[in-house]
Amino acid sequence: MATLKELAAREEKFVGGHTSCAGCGYPNIFRLTLAAIKEPVAVVGATGCCEVNTSIFPYTSWKVPFLHNAFENSAATCSGVEAAYQSMVKSGKIKDENFRFIAFGGDGGTYDIGLQSLSGAMERGHDMLYICYDNGAYMNTGIQRSGATPRYANTTTAPVGKVNPGKSQKKKDLAKIMVGHNVPYVAQTIAGNWKDLTNKVEKAMSIRGPKFIVVLATCPLGWVTKSQDTVKLTQMAVDCCFWPLYEVENGKYKINYDPKDKKIPVADWLKLQGRFKHLFKAGNENLLAEIQTEVDQDWENLKALCDFHSKQGVV
Amino acid sequence: MTAVTEVKQLTVARTGNEAMAEAMRQINPDVVAAYPITPATEIAQIFSSFVADGLVNTDMVTVESEHSALSATLGAAAAGARAMTATSSQGLMLMAEIMPIVAALRLPIVMPEVNRAISGPINIHCDHSDTMFCRDAGWIQIFSENAQEAYDNVLQAIKIAENPQVHLPALVTTDGFIISHGMETIKILPDDDAREYIGAYKANYSLLNHEKPITVGSIDLQNYYFEHRIPVIEAMQAAKSIIKQVGKDFGEKYGRAYDLIEKYRTDDAEAAIICLGSTAGTAKDVVDALRTKGQKVGLIKIRVFRPFPVEDLTAALSTLKAVAVFDRSDSLNGYGGPVFTEVCSALFNSAQKPKIINYIYGLGGRDIDVHQIEAVYNRLNSIKDSKDVGDIVSYLGVRK
Ligand SMILES: Cc1ncc(C[n+]2csc(CCOP(=O)(O)OP(=O)(O)O)c2C)c(N)n1
Ligand code: SF4
Ligand SMILES: [Mg+2]
Repeated sequence: MATLKELAAREEKFVGGHTSCAGCGYPNIFRLTLAAIKEPVAVVGATGCCEVNTSIFPYTSWKVPFLHNAFENSAATCSGVEAAYQSMVKSGKIKDENFRFIAFGGDGGTYDIGLQSLSGAMERGHDMLYICYDNGAYMNTGIQRSGATPRYANTTTAPVGKVNPGKSQKKKDLAKIMVGHNVPYVAQTIAGNWKDLTNKVEKAMSIRGPKFIVVLATCPLGWVTKSQDTVKLTQMAVDCCFWPLYEVENGKYKINYDPKDKKIPVADWLKLQGRFKHLFKAGNENLLAEIQTEVDQDWENLKALCDFHSKQGVV
Repeated sequence: MTAVTEVKQLTVARTGNEAMAEAMRQINPDVVAAYPITPATEIAQIFSSFVADGLVNTDMVTVESEHSALSATLGAAAAGARAMTATSSQGLMLMAEIMPIVAALRLPIVMPEVNRAISGPINIHCDHSDTMFCRDAGWIQIFSENAQEAYDNVLQAIKIAENPQVHLPALVTTDGFIISHGMETIKILPDDDAREYIGAYKANYSLLNHEKPITVGSIDLQNYYFEHRIPVIEAMQAAKSIIKQVGKDFGEKYGRAYDLIEKYRTDDAEAAIICLGSTAGTAKDVVDALRTKGQKVGLIKIRVFRPFPVEDLTAALSTLKAVAVFDRSDSLNGYGGPVFTEVCSALFNSAQKPKIINYIYGLGGRDIDVHQIEAVYNRLNSIKDSKDVGDIVSYLGVRK
């Protein structure tokens, strides 16, 4: 796995000049992802903040081939690019350059409107990596709730009001949905841990077939957080076990980082985010407790899955 | 004089779907992505057996929806591949979001499409409501009268779409069940001739060039979008002469010439019907029968609906006295059918124009027969010299 020094020495393939807000999580993800890949790579991106901010004609931040088609279909579109490559290599029309293919989408473009397209592409077994940058809402259209929005977050379509405490449903577990597709590699990581992120991208690239990584990304605008806190906020999500770092290779779960006695209360993480401000008002203690119970339960379940696999001697 | 064909063609029995699949086999696309829908399912199904038997080099992407079918086809084409898909009705409408993106990216994707009524209510039979729904998507639209034309049109569509002056996607349609499942004797080119005719494809740009990376599908705002729409508009205009040239050239090579419109016995005609697709075949029989009775009637078949053949139509209609436009769909505009409104608008600035009426017919696969068509010619004969045309829009063959 590449060291920071090695990564820093590589040519930048996702460059500045884009119009993302300061402290936005996804630019980091794309910069690191592309730094971690040494082979030629083509990227397909879904409509959303990332695409809209990085390819405003006549400018582009992408120094690799980049294609945007629409919102819900980056996986299907990428599968077509990959199929074209395989076909033309096989028929001798182009040479085999070990091209790699990446599709990405935001949480809206992946958990919700693009889920079918993603599911189909993963099931068909294309040699591609799908990366979802999950900032927990439809940010580009103004912070609407998505299937990835955490319970009780304030969004513009599930706003905190006199009778509603924000989004009332739990976030989907997308990584597990992808594990259910029996793909060789699924991982969960964060925008603020360069090592974990690049390790996972490198590992994904070493595997042929469909791969999926979901990355927690800050959105200072939607989360109502400080722009300098990108690393801290995503790391705290790991430390409180709301967003564990784990990977699933050929169906076997493995936790990459267990905070153990450094595990922090979820409230410490929520407190820094304006979207959860209402939870700290008197009378809402039960809501906070509910989130804590849910996170603890999910963490125990994840650990149990990992234990199960390690006891079977298959890790 | 055109020297009709030294190419020895094969005479075979094929349905419309089989004929289109045969053309696809000869085209041998790099990628085909498709999803089943009646009555077009067979096209991808037959093609899949060509893949399974190693008769083509195609990578077949068996997608989970038509939206993904066109998305994957777009991706493949942006990667520099020759890529195709096929669909009908609901499938076409599921693709609708991606269709204009294909056109704007100037990707010459050719799609066989079988005309079928759109829901609701759900129906699987022929009308043109699906294709008309997508008429402003920036795709060339070629309608076929029979299985022979379906085959010829798919081959020609490749030449048209990939022409450097055009570089637009193209739909080639047949009428659901009437053509798609009707067995006919057709002539097909020997494989070698077909492959030579189609030629190799060289994309203008490809995502697979990492030394010269390109960004495709940028967001394009107030300061550029308009300018970037103009070349698409111009390409559609330029397509008219290219389609004519390709059709003429096809005739010279293989004995079956094509144009934007087909005029059938219109030279001295006073009354004519305008229609698209399989109905033209039925109407030609009626014209022949009425001609033997001395009636001056003819038929104009619109083969290419996009680009709309304004010049050819206005010229062809200038000598006629009365015309009935047949629409196999209704615009739900509170007035009439899409072909009718476009023909009328084309004629508006002409000095010489006929009286013009509209018939909506055949919705949801309702049969149209020679008697109904004959009755329309009779009406045209009766109104051609009178002041009053009566109802401008009528519904043919519907129970009251
Ligand atoms: C079919 C379709 N529906 C809706 C939209 C509008 N839209 C554009 S971006 C977006 C939100 C994207 O959210 P997400 O995928 O989470 O990415 P983010 O903006 O948060 O980075 C929406 C709803 C669209 N472009 N296409
Ligand atoms: S709104 Fe949020 S996701 Fe969009 S660019 Fe700004 S910080 Fe990033
Ligand atoms: Mg989002």
